[in-house]
Amino acid sequence: MYDGGKIIVGLVIGLCLLLSPFFYNAGKAAKAPQPELTAKAKEAKKCVADTAYMRSNHMHLLDDWRQTVVRDGQRYMKTADGKVYYKSLQVTCLECHSNKSKFCDRCHDYVDMDPYCWDCHLEPKENK
Amino acid sequence: MGVDRRQFLKIAGLSALAGLGAKSAFELLAPGKVEAALPLMEGKRWAMVIDMRHMTEDISRKCKEACHQVHNVPEFGDPKVEIKWIWEEEFGHAFPDQESEYVADEVKHKDFLLLCNHCSNPPCCRVCPTGATWQREDGIVMMDWHRCIGCRFCMAGCPYGSRSFNWFDPRKSPKDLNPDFPRNPEFPTRSKGVVEKCTFCDERLAKGQLPACVEAANKIKKESIIFGDLADPESNVREALRKHFTIRRKPELGTSPNVYYII
Repeated sequence: MYDGGKIIVGLVIGLCLLLSPFFYNAGKAAKAPQPELTAKAKEAKKCVADTAYMRSNHMHLLDDWRQTVVRDGQRYMKTADGKVYYKSLQVTCLECHSNKSKFCDRCHDYVDMDPYCWDCHLEPKENK
Repeated sequence: MGVDRRQFLKIAGLSALAGLGAKSAFELLAPGKVEAALPLMEGKRWAMVIDMRHMTEDISRKCKEACHQVHNVPEFGDPKVEIKWIWEEEFGHAFPDQESEYVADEVKHKDFLLLCNHCSNPPCCRVCPTGATWQREDGIVMMDWHRCIGCRFCMAGCPYGSRSFNWFDPRKSPKDLNPDFPRNPEFPTRSKGVVEKCTFCDERLAKGQLPACVEAANKIKKESIIFGDLADPESNVREALRKHFTIRRKPELGTSPNVYYII
């Protein structure tokens, strides 16, 4: 191998550069943020479905609402315990979770999610 | 006694028929689902009758205001980029096929209230490549703004100019023309690059309310706009259509519009 030493040194330097962000950030992982509940949400205790489901599947629920409300005209939802909800992100969800920046945005920012719901749906007015 | 091939086929065919019949009968007679308990206003073919004898400039303006307020429709101050769900037009422009030199003065100079006709045979829906606009079972020609890609085929397809395109972000509409936009916190705005139009206030119908324009008009003059189900022979719209001579916009195009005008 011609110039073997230079090549190997170059490779090592390249590899170090490539991995430097990992070394630099090692052990500094930001803690997963906790969504903050408003007093109203705390008082209600229960969302339209149980917390574990909402935490992992709220996007599917919202997608289902979008589909059934707009396409099928079914604007109301009956939960297992007989409560009827008006299926609306802007009206029903945000009525309790009126602290969008602390309830929605925190986690979305953490996982680098930028849902385009808010291009059209109005954000609640918050006292920041 | 053996069953020959012919008999076997007969028996098989008959039992298949009976089975199918029983299945549909069961579905028909099965008790209704929970929806019955929910506040839904149901119709088979929504229609509107606008009584032009009662309409005044004031009523038209109030209708327009009510609609555009409820649906967060912005004002841009430029007719080229105008967003309109409901608007006024003179007779010759609204009914070009009925126009003549000698139209009665009273009609000629009257502003007609125009909106989406919610056609029974809507050309806009046929041309939409994404299914973002379609006809609901109750006749409403709906828009799904989530799916609209802004190709504007529907605008080309609609012979009534009922559709508007968002050339700009509605939230960036001029503040002096829209001081408190968006005015209805319960309704979304649209985003730049989608088409929008009247939806016969489907969100209000679902709550058992009349469309915003109908409510606004009837507050000033009762029955100046009548809204109801065309499929029901006893409905208010059918009664109005029986009693009065009405015209529709460009019916010769075969779109079968569902907005009627009493002259």
